Formats: sequence, structure tokens, C-alpha cells
Amino acid sequence: MVSEKDVSYVADLAHLELTEDERGRMLKDLNSILGYIDRLNQLDTSDVEPVAQVANRYGERKNKDEAGGFAFAMRSDEPRPSLPREEALRNAPVSDGTFFKVPKVIER
Amino acid sequence: MNLDLLTVDSARTAVLEKETTATALVDGFYKKIEAEDGAIGAYLTLSKDRAYRQAARIDALADKGDDLPPLAGVPVAIKDVFTTKDVRTTAGSKILADFVAPYDATVVSRLEDAGAIILGKTNCDEFAMGSSNENSAFHPVRNPHDRSRVPGGSSGGSAAAIAAGTAVASLGSDTGGSIRQPAAFCGVVGLMPTYGRVSRYGLIAFASSLDHPGPFGKSVKDAAMMLQAIAGRDPLDSTTADVPVPNYREQIGQPVTGMKVGVPLEYFEEGIDLEVSTAVQFGIQELRNAGAEIVPISLPHTPYAIPTYYVIATAEASSNLARYDGVRYGLRAGDGKTLSEMYRRTRDAGFGAEVKRRIMLGTYVLSAGYYDAYYLKAQRVRSLLARDFDEAFAKVDVIITPTTPTPAFRLGEKADDPLAMYLADIFTVTADLAGIPGISIPCGKSKDGLPIGMQILGKHFDEATVLRFAHVAEHALAGKL
Repeated sequence: MVSEKDVSYVADLAHLELTEDERGRMLKDLNSILGYIDRLNQLDTSDVEPVAQVANRYGERKNKDEAGGFAFAMRSDEPRPSLPREEALRNAPVSDGTFFKVPKVIER
Repeated sequence: MNLDLLTVDSARTAVLEKETTATALVDGFYKKIEAEDGAIGAYLTLSKDRAYRQAARIDALADKGDDLPPLAGVPVAIKDVFTTKDVRTTAGSKILADFVAPYDATVVSRLEDAGAIILGKTNCDEFAMGSSNENSAFHPVRNPHDRSRVPGGSSGGSAAAIAAGTAVASLGSDTGGSIRQPAAFCGVVGLMPTYGRVSRYGLIAFASSLDHPGPFGKSVKDAAMMLQAIAGRDPLDSTTADVPVPNYREQIGQPVTGMKVGVPLEYFEEGIDLEVSTAVQFGIQELRNAGAEIVPISLPHTPYAIPTYYVIATAEASSNLARYDGVRYGLRAGDGKTLSEMYRRTRDAGFGAEVKRRIMLGTYVLSAGYYDAYYLKAQRVRSLLARDFDEAFAKVDVIITPTTPTPAFRLGEKADDPLAMYLADIFTVTADLAGIPGISIPCGKSKDGLPIGMQILGKHFDEATVLRFAHVAEHALAGKL
């Protein structure tokens, strides 16, 4: 069971504040969804490998030993052009034309 | 010219043979959108400058008498989760309400290279999280077949635009069913390609190991031609596979005689609407009449697919959405005294309820003490789900199921019950988790006149066989629906 304390802790990890109403609703929803997710425990998976990514189950394996089946993901490490600074800053909520600006990070 | 009857081929032919111009087609579609889209809400942004520029380019080619590229002059719509250079890209979220992308998604530039004209960006559930399009931060989309009902989601706008005739073809993305489910609800064709078949570069990430870009069309052939333009290795997405792309169009009209259709009994049992199961059985019968062999199969881990999906998808989402921090792009709310306060205010103000719920769930299942019990457990069950398909596909060429357990539901019907909403994807999530391709094609209507979809799933990178079966079924069902 997820408690009110858990909701606060997780909200903090996720950088969310949430209103009182949202927290109450979250408590109810998380418990209902996690209750449903608990049915995974009906399965014995002790000898089943976890998969993070299905792409490594197939694909052209040029060299099976290389990159665990992700051989097609390898490329030479060469510099390529990237987004010009002006373009990269164009969507910034606050910038000084050279950097992104943020509120104070370190408290005195 | 009747714009409602236009297909990918007929649009190109009309421009090539000078029956019309690409510019006139764009004019016609914008007039139609302005007159009719208010009642549907499929579009969020129209990219007029870009559309007329591309139309002029196509018209110049036609004037020179050059052969035209395969999608020349075809007016298309793009789900607003794909970045479009110099055009607003919102992902259906308030946090990106004013975001103007500095680059094009690979699928967008490939469509334009093939001659397609991008009319605009379509509405969707915020960050593609939803099954009804009600989670759009802007406005819901209404189902063109019954405006009191949802178009499905999350690619609801892209499906509704095809059904309403405000685009000839469109792009969506499918993470748990977000192409196939709205295709079924709107009575159009929606194709989710194999994971790794189509580039995700420029697709705003929801769950990276599950996100699949793919096309919508009025017909199987149109979907095949759209796939042809976007498929293949992209150096900008390291998960795209170096597997040759066949000629999909050649599959159209090929027979299925002697080929095998697997029908999983689990998908016709609990909680399925009788009209849906009857319509899909009818579609399967048509394939049998066309010479295919029907083989009962089992996908025994199906009941575990939704819980597996909601652990893995939310875990990945909580990580992907950490980038919305009010620093580099997007909304910044208020002026927090500290960086941490600014993050929280920005994310509180910018994300909607469902997105917050999924970030919370994803953060919880990844947090210390729960990682093994939830995340690792779900990754192991994902192996079992993929294995179910491996075993089935050792015996059959395709698998056929209903796309959804019911036809389109009413707006508001499931809005207060997240779990009930999640179950709308029960027949589609398994393919996302296994990374296999699937299509939804119309296979009938309910007595209320609502479309019903039939899902055809195939082996990894075997979209060709999926399209072949889909076309045979579409052809056999034509005139009988």
C-alpha cells in the first residue's frame, strides 16, 4: 500500500509539488493501479531473463560478440555539426544570449 | 474534384496529369479544414507556409514534365509529437505550448522528400499518454462517426483527420496501441511497424523502448505507401535496424492461399463486446474463403500485458519527462527563489493530471526498494510475452485479433477511472511490448454505426505479410460492411 508519506517522497523525487487535492487523488489512483499490477506476482519468473529493449532480439548482427546484438548501433566517433547556439537558445524561457539562465542553485 | 475520395495514388496522378495542381489541393484542404475541423478538433496547428512552399516545389516539377516522387502532392497531417522545423510542436502539452522545433523529425523530412505536403499538426493525448484524446491540454477530438464519442488515442487527431477527410494520410505513434486503437474507433487503417523499422529521431519521447512511429490511411495500399517513404535505417536513431526495406506496394493484390492465420482464443473470451467479436470472426472467415488456413493458437501471458506495460512505460516516461525543467525550452512558471522550486512550479503548472500520474507511478516503480519488485519483474514478464509470440509465429504467418474490446466509447465515460481507460488497450499492448508489427483495418460496424477494427499482427520486420493479409481482407470485406 502506498501511504501519504510515499506520495510526498515520490513527488519530491519527480520534482512535482502537487496540491492537497492532487495528492489525495494520487494516493487513491496509485493504490488502485499498483493493486492491479500486483497480479504479475502470480508468475514465477525466477529463471526468466529481463529485457530492457526488444531491439536486441533481432536485427542484422554483423558481429554477434560486438555490442550484444546492437552491432548496427555502432558508428565511428567523429565530430558532426550541431545546432548553432542561437538556434539552441531560441526556445529558452530565459537566456542572456550566451547561456541559459536559472535561479540561484546554491543557498548562502 | 472530390477531396473526400482522394487517395495517395490519385492525388499524385491528378498533379502529374495536370488535372489539378498541388497548390490547388492545398487550398482545397485548408478550406475544408476551416469549414469542418471546428466540430472535430483534429488539428492543433496549420503549417500553411510550409505546405504552400512544398506545393510550389511539386508544381514546378510537374510543370517541367519530370516524373514525380511517390507521394507528390499528397496532403498529410502529422501527430504533434513529431518535431517540425519552424512549426509549433506541442505534444498536446501546456509545457510545450509555445515550442517551435529547431529541426525536423526524420519521418517528417522523409515524407517531404517523397513529395508529401504537410498540412499541419494533429491533436493528441498529452505526450501520447491516453486512449481517448481527452488528455490533450488544448481540446478533445470528436469521433467523426459520432461526435459524442471519442476518436481513440493517443493519435486521435491523426485518425479523425482521415475519417473526416481533412487529410489524405497521416502519421501517428504507437506505444501501447495509440495508432491501431484510434484507427479502429475512426474506421480507418492504422499501421504500427516493427520496433526499429522507422526512425524515432524527432519523436518526442514517451517510452523509448515502446514508441513506434507509423502511418494512417484510408486504405491498406495508402498505409503501405506511407510506410515505404518513412521506413529504414536512420543514422540519427541507433535503434533503427539495418534490415533491407522491401517493396511494400508489391504485396497489394498478392494471394494468401495456403498461408496460416493464428487466432488466439484468449482474445475472444472475457470482456469483449459481442458485436466486435462477431465482426472480427466474419473478417477471419473471409480470409479462410480466400484460401488461408485458420489455426487456433494461445498467447497465455496476455492477461499480464497491461500491468507489465504500465510499469515499463511509466518508468521510461518518468525518466524521459525529467527534461522538462523550464531551463532549455518550454514553459517556465513563476520565478522560484531556488532552482528546485522553479522546477516544481514549472512541472506542476505544465503537466496535466494523467502525465503527473504516470510520472509518479514510474518514479515509484524505479525507486529504491521497489525496483526489483516492479520494474525488474515487469522486464522479466516482457520476455514471457515476447516468447508467446515467438512460439506462435513458429506455427503461423500472422495473428488476428480484435483491435479493441468495444467500439468507441463516449467522451467522459472513462475519464475518472484511469484503470478502466488503460484496459481499452488490452489487445494492442502485447505487440508494443514484443516489438512486432500490427495493423488495424475496418471490419464492420456496430448497430449504432460505429466502426469496428480487426488487428493483424506479424513477425519482426514482416510488415509485408501483414499488408498482404490486410489487403486481402479489405478487398473481401469491401461492399459487405
